[in-house]
Amino acid sequence: MRVTKYVITSPESDILPSDIAMKIYGSKNDVNVKETCFGVIINGEEDVIKRLVDEIRSLDPSGIFIKERGFPPGDPRRCRGRRGGGARPGYYMIESESKMLPLISKALASQAIGEAGALEEEISPAKKRPLDAQKLEEIIKDEFS
Amino acid sequence: MAKVIVYPPTSMILSDLVERMGHQALVVPGEVRTKVTSLGIDSPPLNMTPEEPKKGLRYAAVDVPSGVRGRMSLIGPLIEEAQAGLIVKDAGCLTGCSGCDRTNELVRLLIKTKGIPVLEISYPQDEAEAKAFVRQIKTFLEGLN
Repeated sequence: MRVTKYVITSPESDILPSDIAMKIYGSKNDVNVKETCFGVIINGEEDVIKRLVDEIRSLDPSGIFIKERGFPPGDPRRCRGRRGGGARPGYYMIESESKMLPLISKALASQAIGEAGALEEEISPAKKRPLDAQKLEEIIKDEFS
Repeated sequence: MAKVIVYPPTSMILSDLVERMGHQALVVPGEVRTKVTSLGIDSPPLNMTPEEPKKGLRYAAVDVPSGVRGRMSLIGPLIEEAQAGLIVKDAGCLTGCSGCDRTNELVRLLIKTKGIPVLEISYPQDEAEAKAFVRQIKTFLEGLN
């Protein structure tokens, strides 16, 4: 079954829609690509799109967002070129959520860093230092005075 | 992998986070796709036929406006399929299939009364809230495994 997905970049991401389009063209998959101001629309067989989405996400894991789309790209029932202009009905939701994407991107990035830090700590736990003799003397004095 | 219904059912952020965590997001565009790519449905109002309000009778009474029943014919089966729910309380922008407040009330009620695990949160307004937003969703989705 052919599926359609939006690939939307966060406004603060360094990745441009054209970079994503180039990546897709370079993958040589049988996929339709439509470049838009907020990202790209891709259409192709489900398994190809699934694989491609993972590849695209790896360009900027916290700055690229994927959304399902019902209509194929350029569908005359939705394309504003045929409907006499105006925003496509679903665009308002994307526009509304796009304002939040920089915040979500930062949160995802900080969480990824946090996870990596925790993993590093797990791998190499901080070495325990022997207790300083002077400190030990102080503890003994406090305890038995 | 659990099937998670998101509200708003067209949300890019929620569906993306669900897919990132390895679950399946149940969203309306997926339902719309099956309708608009089926042969025989190609005249305005595009993806709705007189049959849809009849299907919606399963979720809302006959005296309820046909718009509610038509929307429920899309969203209702998703709720039935759902194994968990993710609800955003104050979704700022709701258009298209999510543009009817009576339908939205019914959708939230059906998700909450279905007896599945549900997380109800608000969209973030600043960086700290965004981190908490992502963390809460991650913890919730990890708990579904």
